[in-house]
Amino acid sequence: MLYREAGQFKTSYVADGQILPIRQDRVALCALLAVALAAVPLLASPYLLSAILIPFLIFALAALGLNMLTGYAGQLSLGTAAFMAVGAYASFNFVARIPGMPLLLAFILGGLCAALVGIAFGLPSLRIRGFYLAAATLATQFFVIWCLTKIPYLTNYSSSGVVTVQTMQIFGYRFVSPQAKYLLVLGIVSLMALLAKNMIRSNVGRSWMAIRDMDMAAEVIGFRPLRTKLLAFAVSSFYCGVAGALYAFAYLGTVEPEAYSLDLSFRILFMVIIGGVGSILGSFLGAAFIVLLPIFLNMLAHALGLATNYASNLELMVFGGLIIFFLIVEPHGLARLWQIGKEKLRLWPFPH
Amino acid sequence: MSFFIEVLLGGLLSGVMYALVAIGFVLIYKASGVFNFAQGAMVFFAALTCVGMVDKFGVSLWLAIPLTILVMIALALAIERVVLRPLVNQPEITLFMATIGLAFFIEGLAQLLWGSQVRKLELPIEDVPNEYLMEHFNILVSQFDMTAAVVCAVLVVALALLFTKTRVGRALRAVADDHQAALAVGIPLQRIWVVVWSVAGLVALVAGLLWGARNGVQFALTFIALKALPVLILGGFTSVPGAIVGGLIIGASEKLAEVYIGPMVGGGIEGWFPYVLALLFLLVRPEGLFGEKIIRRI
Repeated sequence: MLYREAGQFKTSYVADGQILPIRQDRVALCALLAVALAAVPLLASPYLLSAILIPFLIFALAALGLNMLTGYAGQLSLGTAAFMAVGAYASFNFVARIPGMPLLLAFILGGLCAALVGIAFGLPSLRIRGFYLAAATLATQFFVIWCLTKIPYLTNYSSSGVVTVQTMQIFGYRFVSPQAKYLLVLGIVSLMALLAKNMIRSNVGRSWMAIRDMDMAAEVIGFRPLRTKLLAFAVSSFYCGVAGALYAFAYLGTVEPEAYSLDLSFRILFMVIIGGVGSILGSFLGAAFIVLLPIFLNMLAHALGLATNYASNLELMVFGGLIIFFLIVEPHGLARLWQIGKEKLRLWPFPH
Repeated sequence: MSFFIEVLLGGLLSGVMYALVAIGFVLIYKASGVFNFAQGAMVFFAALTCVGMVDKFGVSLWLAIPLTILVMIALALAIERVVLRPLVNQPEITLFMATIGLAFFIEGLAQLLWGSQVRKLELPIEDVPNEYLMEHFNILVSQFDMTAAVVCAVLVVALALLFTKTRVGRALRAVADDHQAALAVGIPLQRIWVVVWSVAGLVALVAGLLWGARNGVQFALTFIALKALPVLILGGFTSVPGAIVGGLIIGASEKLAEVYIGPMVGGGIEGWFPYVLALLFLLVRPEGLFGEKIIRRI
């Protein structure tokens, strides 16, 4: 009843091509953004903000980046964390070495550095595909982390290899409180999500999907695989790079190469699979799920009085089991469940 | 010069161990088209189960090994039933991601069952330099590594015989060629999968015991899978000889690079050198050394 688009007529091309064609969706999104912008910073506790919401937003951004590459362009990558590391260390170095470097510009430059690395390691994708590529992207993971541990210039000659990042500062305002950090991250993530959504809708996104579905056919009808694939790698790594920079600046406060381990790459891949491969919304749902699940499991283990050791192994098993479960039962992930729910709601109270 | 030969031999012998893990991958890929990321987890699981039985129940190693083989067969049955059967006909990449999930599950399960501390594994082979080679050629080569090489060779010959001389082997090759055609002539696909995964479990056990005796049975064993990947890329995913040759090349080049190039760039390049080597190789020959060339048509 509430969710019905009868009577909402589109009378212009602009109206027909908008992102959310149904009025209720627009209202709901505005309400959600209003809550996220106004109510959450006022009401949420610092713990909720800095331990759950900020990492959730950052991981969602990284998952978005991987989703563009894996979900839309069909190139499986296991090197996400490496691109995040490049973004984080590059941003740190730009702020540290160039006096008066604006923070947001440093994030963007960090993202661009990650994009360059992404292009370099995306080159093999032109000749190889599938698991060969997945295995090849592992090279990124090991090589980048090795570089960060072995080249002292990158860590600004810090003796331990652990770097304390600068305070985030824009126009003299210092983002130190969890609320301020949260709002900054929220702003960046929503902006980039909007950008991603539009990129997917444009001919860039369509060329990615054409390459994903059948690359040879795409080539025949005139998409250039070289440009398309490398663009996908570049954009995806840019998103991951910015996410990595935020991870360092807004969440961890310090960076070390170990923070960007293979484990993180897998975690982000899981977000994409569970959330929904090839879905912007899915990246957010998946990130929320993967951030919340360990907390929930820990609480459960605590309530049952299990040792933490058990809890962490249980977490591995639950993660693995869920991946298999989702791949078997709902390969399009949580986003598809959401879509099914919406379709049911449109017809409600009638079953057909 | 003898130092060079020593490094080379050491590399080749550790390459044998990589090859052993890589063969597990190849077996499964050949017979079901699944790229099994969980092979490393299976190595860990097999070794830990074996050692765990010795530690917890006090059985002897010679009893624990057949028991572990039974466990691995049970695992293969479970994987076929729960994971593979529902995913028949899905794109290969979906199956690959499922095995990543499987890897996590098995790692968690192994540690939940047997605890996560490092365990020692005593095999009745000593890790000392071979006396004969030391006296006559002045080269230090571990006896243990040589035994591992022999075990690996025996295993490969046995697998080759299994693949070429038996009914099951013929069925395996049929399934590898074409699932549907194999089903059409009455080959039970599901049973073949169980056989293949069991054999891969057996190979995982052998690899796990050898690696575990060297470094202790610990979580780090799962990373061996990551070592085996460049071997596979280099040798081709579908070829057992490819896995062996690839393993030897990777093992030798990685040790040589570490010794001769490593000091120039700060060391520790063993972690990524095989990958970069394999990557460069891929640019020249995307199907690997012995892989079959796939011709794609629209």
